[in-house]
Formats: sequence, structure tokens, C-alpha cells
Amino acid sequence: MGLFRAIGHWFEERTGLGGILAIPMEHRVPRSTASWAYVFGSATMILFVLQIVTGICLALVYVPSPDQAYESLEYLNYQAVLGWYLRAIHFWGSNAMVLVMTLHMIQVFLWGAHKYPRELTWIAGVLLFLCTLGMAFTGQVLRWDQDAYWGLGIGSSIIARVPFAGSTLVHVLLGGPIVAGRTLSRFFTLHVFAIPGLLIGLIGVHLWLVLRLGINEWPMPGRLVDRETYRTQYEEEVKKDGVAFFPAAARKDMIAMGVVVLLVLLCAAIFGPHGPGGVPDPTIIDTTPKPDFYFLSLFALFALLPPWTETAILLIGPPLAIGFLLALPFLAGTGEKSWRRRPVSVLGVLLILLTVITLATLGVIVPWSPVMDAWSGLPTPVAYVRGRSPLELQGALVLQNKQCRNCHSLGGEGGRRGPALDGVATRLTQDQLIRQVLQGGGNMPAYGKNLSPAEVTALVAFMQTLRPANQSPARTAILPTTPGR
Amino acid sequence: MCADRDSFASPSTSSRRGFLFKLGLALNVVAASLVGVPVIGYILGPARGRSAQAWIKLGPLGSFPEGQTRLATYENPLRVAWDGATATIPCWVRRIDGERFQIFAVNCAHLGCPVRWFAQSRLFMCPCHGGVYYEDGSRASGPPPRGLFEYEYQIRDGELWVQGGQIPTLSEPV
Repeated sequence: MGLFRAIGHWFEERTGLGGILAIPMEHRVPRSTASWAYVFGSATMILFVLQIVTGICLALVYVPSPDQAYESLEYLNYQAVLGWYLRAIHFWGSNAMVLVMTLHMIQVFLWGAHKYPRELTWIAGVLLFLCTLGMAFTGQVLRWDQDAYWGLGIGSSIIARVPFAGSTLVHVLLGGPIVAGRTLSRFFTLHVFAIPGLLIGLIGVHLWLVLRLGINEWPMPGRLVDRETYRTQYEEEVKKDGVAFFPAAARKDMIAMGVVVLLVLLCAAIFGPHGPGGVPDPTIIDTTPKPDFYFLSLFALFALLPPWTETAILLIGPPLAIGFLLALPFLAGTGEKSWRRRPVSVLGVLLILLTVITLATLGVIVPWSPVMDAWSGLPTPVAYVRGRSPLELQGALVLQNKQCRNCHSLGGEGGRRGPALDGVATRLTQDQLIRQVLQGGGNMPAYGKNLSPAEVTALVAFMQTLRPANQSPARTAILPTTPGR
Repeated sequence: MCADRDSFASPSTSSRRGFLFKLGLALNVVAASLVGVPVIGYILGPARGRSAQAWIKLGPLGSFPEGQTRLATYENPLRVAWDGATATIPCWVRRIDGERFQIFAVNCAHLGCPVRWFAQSRLFMCPCHGGVYYEDGSRASGPPPRGLFEYEYQIRDGELWVQGGQIPTLSEPV
């Protein structure tokens, strides 16, 4: 023990680092902040450290070149010793980082930590959040598979909608006129050098501000933030009832850090690495590109927005949302801090959460996408062909062969883009069915040119049988008036 | 020593030290811009050379039967050695009759996902957000703001040529 102490003294005399470290460790914080609600920031940071460590390891093997990236990922998965495990930790760590960072953001907002004098801390935090999403997207590209390839196509299509500069921006993003060799190098540089550098710098600023301004005290309803008195009040509280950050407040932080890392390791060990999916060969077009979960809600939004609003919302929405987040501490920088007295804030958070979760759920179900192999892969339910006439059976074949089921389900199986056809005869008359098939409309293509009259007759005859036994078929609301009657 | 300190404290004085301070500042501004301009130019380099199109051979006319729509592929004319599989670009070739063709990009006009051809219903369908196009590439339903992107084509000595090379988007439709 004496020897260790002597070595410690030797270094301390020369470096003075112990004294510097003691400042953040021993700085006094309000007793109320030693709470489980305050652990998400340090948990996010430890996940970032985990990402750096595993990221460096992956870069030892990964080849950022489109002709070999996929093979190097397969090598990591199946041949490199523990390569699969490090890929899995990096993947689950990234998911956890986005998740825990979001929790941190919600917590500090509801606890009013963005208010005076911590405006810059919040702004640095918003930038950290954006950089992390940037890491998520660029990381998804490095997993050089079909989703990555077509995901870049989706990104380009969105950016191309920018007026005037659209195509120039696409070329700069892709490093050329097309998604290819130079594209992957660009995203590798962003993911490995540029954005992590920014993240490290911003974390430094964020932590320095936390140290300098103090951790936000537990807000009391009715105790308003006033620019004149806040800082003296805070300092008095810390002096009167403060505790040293280490170990009083750090205890819970340490437990949370340990728990999230262990959870990530557990997920990695159980579920393993994610992908790579299909080979990134553009000529294999039988693919259904989908983003990772952080962008599923955006992906869903693209399907649900009315087409004429799309470009405007795509281009104005994100800058507006980011601008709002950055402006937040200036819009509501003083006053009530406790979420108990800030109903608009609480409802706002709930509304955003519900919207994002609902959209992401829809993004998993994708009810708007045709089921590309439904027509060839799903049988017509037996009940729908039993006791049918030859003409009606012919119609059932037409319905199957003309890909109707890619968008319409029968017996709960098939696409959900259009309405299910199970009870269609109770909703549409024969004439209406013919018109709908021939002219389309209501988001359905017109089949007039692609079906022979005989096929239409058979198809409509079959669809007229699609109704429950105890329900009468649809009737025209008004019978046509016949002249002379 | 005292005079030295004064001139250090106010570098704007016309003393020798003030001049050196200004010179140092100026040298570094010049150096920074001499580094910065090529760096920014290098990063924005791909934005130049907007017309990235070239004529590429798709194959003999005989490989495209009349009245059918088939997937064809071509090597991207602007490829680099390390492009791998991504240098090969697919496109849909529709031979209407004789020497009348339509060549469509596979990229959906909505967000660029690859559309698939269904010969039975004569429709192109997109797997991402459900865009549907008729066989002539016009929009049938769903979110796309326009029909499929169509490449220029030529017939030279019984071979079909296509003009391609860049990812088709709304701001640069082929």
C-alpha cells in the first residue's frame, strides 16, 4: 500500500492531475439531484465510450470499400474471433444510446433544466442529439447491404427536393452522380472521424457547462426561476444542503451506467449482430428497403402525408423542429420549472412520443406497401371457392393472377393498401364493381387496359359472391328512372 | 524591460513588436485560407461536372421481345475501380414494337426505392410506400409526384443504347 501511495505522490507532484480531477469529483451538488431521475446523462456517456471502444475494434477489420465491405462484415460475423460479439455490442449499444439519450432529453426538459442559466447546456445537448442521429444514419450505411444502398437512394431523393441546389447537394452527399465507391468512403469518414470529433468536443462543452452552472436542482412547484435571484439562491442551497458529487450523487449514476452496459452486453449475446442483410447489388431489385428503428417514424410519415404537402413538409419540417428545440430555452427561459405546473410541456412531450411511437409502429406493419408476393404465395381461402360456378371460379383465378391480392386481402391475408375484399359485395353493386375495376380511383390503378372483357365479367362475378351468407348484396341507392314510367 | 512589456500589452502601437504581431496574424490568415480553399473545394468537388450522362450499350434488339418489359443492366460509365457490384445499374426496358422503346429507371419517383414489374397486371409497383405505375411509366396511384423516370435511347447497328450515369431524382430526372 505504501508503495502505491508513493508512486501516486510521485505522479501527482509532477502532473497535478489528481487535484484537477478532484474539482469535478468533489464539487457540491444539491442533495435533491442524487436521484434516479438524474442518471440518464452519465448512462448516455458510458454508452458513447462503449461505441468508441467497439467502433475502433470493428475498424481493425472493416473495409470501407463497396467491393469488399460486405465480405468484411461477413468475415466479422463468422470468422474473426469474437467479431460477431463486437458487431452485436456496437449495434445494440447504438440503439441503447439513442434510447437513453432520448430519455435524458425528456427528463431534463420536464425538470426545467433548459431554463436560465442553462440555455447553452440545452443547446449543446440538442446538437449532441442531432450528431447521434447522424451517427445512427451513417452507421446504417456502413452496414453495406441492400437497406444501406436503397436507404442512400431514399436520402438522395429527399435532398433532391431542395429547390435549385437539390442535385448539387445530392452529388456532394454521394461523392458523385450515383451511389457507389466514393459514397461509402464519404460516409465512413463522417461516421469515424467527423461526427465523433464533433461529439467529443460537444460533450466537453456540455460537461463544462454542467460543472460551471451546477446540476439542475429538483424543481419545486411554485419556485419560479428569476434571472436576478436564481444563481444566488442556487449557490445558497448548495452551500446549505449540498453533497459532494462523488460519491453521494455518483452512486446511482454508477449503478445506472453498469446496468445499461450489462443490458447491452446481454442483448448482444442473446440476439447477436444485426445484418448485413441482402447483398448490396443494385440489380437485385426484389428487395423491400427499410430503415433502422430510429427512422421508421419518418419512413411512415412519407407514406401518409398527402403527396402535395410532401416536399414542403420534408424541407421545412426538420429545420423548423430543430430551430424550435434550439430556441426553446429562449422561448421559455424563466418561470415555473416543475412539470407539475407545466401542462403544455407535459402534453407536448406526450403528443410527440405518441406520434413517434404510432408512426414507428405503422412503419413496422407498413399497411401502405403492396405485399409483393401475395398473388403467387397466398392461396384463395377454400370457403371462397366452395360451391362457386365455373365463371366465378375463373374470376377467382383472375383476382389471384392479376396481383389484386398484393393490395387487397382475402381471409385476412394479403396486402392492406386497399380495402379487404371479404365482404365487398355488401358494399358495391355489380355496376360499381365493374367501374372500380376498369377506372380505378381512390388510390387504385385503372385495370381497363389490362383486363379483357371476359376477365372483367368473371372477376366481378366472383367478387359478387364475396359476402357473408346472412347479409344482402349492395343495392343502388336510387334506381335509375326509366323514361315513360 | 518595462518598455517591452508596454508594447506587448498593446500590439497596435507601431513598435517593432506590434508589427511582428500583426505580421504573424496576417501570415496565419493567409495560410488558413490557402488551406481552407482547397479543402472546401475538394469536399465540394463532386458537385462539379453536372452532366454525368454517357451512352452505354444495353444489348442487341433481339434480347428485348416486342410487347414485353424486361430488366436490363449496364455498367455505370463513371465507375471507379472499387465500385464492386454497385457499378452495375438496372433499368426496365419496354419494347413497344419495332424500334419503339421506353427505358425506365428502376428508382421510384417518390423516394427512389426499386419498382418491380408485374407482367400479368401490366403494372410497376414500389415496395416502400406503395407507388404504382402503368406499363408506359405514367403514375397510376400512390404517393409518387410523377411517372417513372425515363432514359433517352438510341438504336445503332441493331443494338440498343441508353443514356445513363446518375441517380435519377426529382431535381435531375435522368
